[in-house]
Amino acid sequence: MKLPPFDYEAPETAAEAIELLAEHEDEASVLAGGQSLIPLLALRLARPTVLIDINGVPELAGISAVDGWLAIGATTREYVAEDSPAVADTVPLLAAALPFIGHEAIRSRGTIGGSLAHGDPAAELPAVARALDAELVVRSRSGERVIPVADWFDGYLTTARRPDELLVEVRFPAARQGTGTSFLEVARRHGDFAIVGLATSLTLSDGKISDARLAFAGMSDVPVRATEAESVLIGERPSAELFDEAAGRAIADIDPPSDLHGSPEYRKKVAATLARRGLRAAVDRAASAN
Amino acid sequence: MVDITLRVNGETRTGSTEARKTLADFLRDDLELTGTHVGCEHGVCGACTVIVDDRPVRSCLMLAVQAAGSEVATIEGLATDGGLNPLQQAMWDSHSFQCGFCTPGFVMQATAFLRKHPDADEQQLREALSGNICRCTGYQSIIDGVLLAAERNRER
Repeated sequence: MKLPPFDYEAPETAAEAIELLAEHEDEASVLAGGQSLIPLLALRLARPTVLIDINGVPELAGISAVDGWLAIGATTREYVAEDSPAVADTVPLLAAALPFIGHEAIRSRGTIGGSLAHGDPAAELPAVARALDAELVVRSRSGERVIPVADWFDGYLTTARRPDELLVEVRFPAARQGTGTSFLEVARRHGDFAIVGLATSLTLSDGKISDARLAFAGMSDVPVRATEAESVLIGERPSAELFDEAAGRAIADIDPPSDLHGSPEYRKKVAATLARRGLRAAVDRAASAN
Repeated sequence: MVDITLRVNGETRTGSTEARKTLADFLRDDLELTGTHVGCEHGVCGACTVIVDDRPVRSCLMLAVQAAGSEVATIEGLATDGGLNPLQQAMWDSHSFQCGFCTPGFVMQATAFLRKHPDADEQQLREALSGNICRCTGYQSIIDGVLLAAERNRER
């Protein structure tokens, strides 16, 4: 279908964009990559009065390493992050997840910030951010807030961003020595939204698991950290039995949705399988990293 | 209405468009380049694929105004002198299309991919084209055509 009419603004600075958001608040939508927003407009599920196109604001894009974190500007294109040596070296879980986002053409335009601001629980970047305890930096007339990802996703397509705030940057902690990661996804076709996706990160110290992160996509209305599974893993030596137990704990408390792609029982089965595979892959990579 | 200037297939083109018009519709309606097809109009079929600033893009997921100042390549720009370029010729020789609706999208996606990965194997090629839907062929003949083009290119 064709897009509904809207007023179009193309600010050239972040400050201008923020002024526009302050003026229009929730009557405005921010357009970055457009790979989630434009379909919503085309299907007329969104009808903003004003569209604020931030693609012309150069200061919002860029990747830089700062103090053990990788700071990624909100309008950084997904394909740029995918090709970035800094991302591959310091946030390997992000590098592993990026090729799963849609298809190449989607990643030509889609942005790191856009996916996180949109908040689709079946998307890859929310699960990665949740696994790594990323931080979201938003800015408004009143200044900046740094929001931990645990407080960012409020519900389906709902985030902690206030209507007058602009997401300007996402910060991912650099992976520690001895860390192995894995991103796995089950979808009908490669490139479709995940039926279930799993971001896994494990750190080994002296052969024991010193850090464990598992975050699921597609299992709830927000990305979900499998904290019960994580606590079973900490301090233990990796083994198939341990991973089986972790997989069981990972699905014990989740109530996945039912839709035309799968029943809750199917999603739980897939989730447990991905947990076993993800943990095995992460531990193999951690071992070779050590 | 917004005035825009962009380069399409090497030529400077201008237009005046509503901000809500997609690049796909601008190319088709305003520039009369109807080779780019609109299938699903929400980014899942790939029939609208064009190349913008050297990257494959779903033109139904881009506003025309966002392409201002960019270099856009559409299906019309591939062949010269009214003939077929080597990729198109190889797909012709391999019967890579039936109704032809998906074809420009596949050709542009393959063009962008082969430029960066001229030695891709079949698995990589299948993955690269996995975002384009075809309702007629069952895909094998499309893969054959693109592989043939890559092989002929290596022999050159």
